[in-house]
Amino acid sequence: MQIRIKLYASLSELLPQGVKAHEGFLLDIDDDLTPNQLIDQLHVPRPMAHLILRNGVYIKPEDRDRPLFEDEDVFAVWPPVAGG
Amino acid sequence: MSWTGKVLRVNLTEGTCKPEPLNMEWAQQYLGQRGLATKYLVEEIDPKVDALSPENVMIMTTGPLTGTMASTGGRYSVVTKSPLTGCIACSNSGGFIGAEIKAAGWDMIIYEGKSPKPVYLYLENETAELRSAEHLWGKSVWDTHEMLHKENQDPELKIACVGRSAEQGNLYSAIVNDMHRAAGRSGVGTVMASKNLKALACRGTRGVGNFKDPMRFLQATEQGKKVLAENAVTGQGLPTYGTQVLMNVINEMGAMPTRNMREVQFEGAHKISGEAMHEPRESDGQPNLSTNGACFACTIACGRISTIDPQHFSIKDKPEYHKASGGLEYEAAWALGSNTGVDDIDALTYAQFLCNEDGMDPITLGATISAAMELYEMGAITTADTDGLEIPFGSAEALVKLTELTAKGEGFGKVLGLGSRRLCEKYGHPDISMTVKSQEFPAYDPRGIQGMGLAYATSNRGACHLRGYTVSSEVLGIPEKTDPLTTDGKAELVKAFQDATAAVDSAGLCVFTTFAWGMDDIAPQIDAACEGDWTTEKLLEVGERIWNMERDFNLKAGMTAADDTLPKRLRKDAAKVGPAEGRVNDLDVMLPKYYEVRGWTTSGELMPETRERLGL
Repeated sequence: MQIRIKLYASLSELLPQGVKAHEGFLLDIDDDLTPNQLIDQLHVPRPMAHLILRNGVYIKPEDRDRPLFEDEDVFAVWPPVAGG
Repeated sequence: MSWTGKVLRVNLTEGTCKPEPLNMEWAQQYLGQRGLATKYLVEEIDPKVDALSPENVMIMTTGPLTGTMASTGGRYSVVTKSPLTGCIACSNSGGFIGAEIKAAGWDMIIYEGKSPKPVYLYLENETAELRSAEHLWGKSVWDTHEMLHKENQDPELKIACVGRSAEQGNLYSAIVNDMHRAAGRSGVGTVMASKNLKALACRGTRGVGNFKDPMRFLQATEQGKKVLAENAVTGQGLPTYGTQVLMNVINEMGAMPTRNMREVQFEGAHKISGEAMHEPRESDGQPNLSTNGACFACTIACGRISTIDPQHFSIKDKPEYHKASGGLEYEAAWALGSNTGVDDIDALTYAQFLCNEDGMDPITLGATISAAMELYEMGAITTADTDGLEIPFGSAEALVKLTELTAKGEGFGKVLGLGSRRLCEKYGHPDISMTVKSQEFPAYDPRGIQGMGLAYATSNRGACHLRGYTVSSEVLGIPEKTDPLTTDGKAELVKAFQDATAAVDSAGLCVFTTFAWGMDDIAPQIDAACEGDWTTEKLLEVGERIWNMERDFNLKAGMTAADDTLPKRLRKDAAKVGPAEGRVNDLDVMLPKYYEVRGWTTSGELMPETRERLGL
């Protein structure tokens, strides 16, 4: 399947050259790939993968080691951030 | 004790400035700043008083940790009755003025009455005098700063003042200090101007000390700074991207209020985001963000210092705006941007500059312009009302012009200065106003973040994120993640955030520390500084007492449970896209439980046993 990867804030440095964070890039993945495996594949240090959204919905830490992706998903990752 | 133990009482009607001792019994019950000043206010004014009459009182107040070496210990607040909402107003600001008031030897300044002519308060340590401000009246915040520095031959003089918007009666005028920090919400600047008080010019050289246990205070504050430095949010995220990093987060999760909160995602969010502020622009190769900035004693430094593209239409022929100044924070970027449908970061930055220059709350300004744009699209407002301006959603030109008019209270800007509730009522569509208790929403759509709906509806100063920032838990996972789309547990969550925030505010600390600090990190710092036994449990009790005191004031001012609500749009019109698609805010589910956990009656009033438990 193919999903879209978005890496925001300081993680955008890990994007392929020329890719904008909000546009992201398409990636072919195996059906059984887990979020944590994908995080590793993207070279995002685990502690920096703080806020992880699948189609805008937070993926809980306990769900990150099981396959849950579907074709055309959007996978967005932020380091620890906050505001107000 | 790190209170100075001194209050300066300024009677503007009589032109007198008199010192008096701080009520130390109240200090033990209300800590300082927000809590303690509110206690003074509720004891001194009739809650039904006209906010813009001489009978209203305005208090500039510090906390016991203001002016100390505790990280972020530079906060001060302005407490008064709001002309925008009719509720209690407490607007908090950073910068340097709070620490300067404290270093001059004062815990708070209480302003009573109304001066017959414009004046400013000159405060240098024990010396306090009212001086003529007739030459300053009609001047902007920035000009007032410069003139006061020059005429007093003291560039280190710290200043808090109002701009032209407040003088023109704009109901959401701010008191701006240090050029671009502001006590921004609820129209505290309007109250200041109504008293013919243009500015406070303060110089404090006494320093702040007098700690209960100086060595333990040094150790506790050092430990606190270590926690902030090692935390990824306060040590890296906030200094680098500021609050603006939330623009893409909130948009991705479908909680970005867009075009007067009709929609929940903005297609142009990435163009006005924290990341966008780092990107070089085409004209001069410079990014919008020049550097970050810190307030007094702050080791986070989230502030944004920005420049506008010198070729941008808004400032092309205005070199005075080519310099770096206070730039976009998330709340301003959202309100002036996605809510108006404008994705031009330079137009937004210019509008932010104008808010600083003439003292306006950018949240309420942006939300009011958004409401006007919707009224315009509906045909309820035409160019006959807008001085000939076309004001569709998405027009950067309209945003710029309307901000200029409102800053000076000219033409249609005078109407916009009333805020969205009065604007929408004037044109016959009160439902279009996105407000609670007449104050405009901040940047989180409560259809996608359920707890924030309850926080908005019950906020003691009208719609506001800084009374109970459950986004921290519901979105960011601090201190622990909760589901933004569920209502379960949100009554308890909102109460916990509201009480804790009241305590943090009252200490004189910045609420952003709580992204890294728990109350267990804060209590030892207060306890080492202040007389008394300041445990986490006591701080939370103080916070709850403050919250209930503010609530009680509002009830006596005429608010009822019917005011604890949200606009129909957020309760009836479901989100159309994103994770919250199909959802409205389920306030009706959460509110009864909230009243219960607060110890209030089903009509939202304090039960006798709640009063007794909290000593109210």
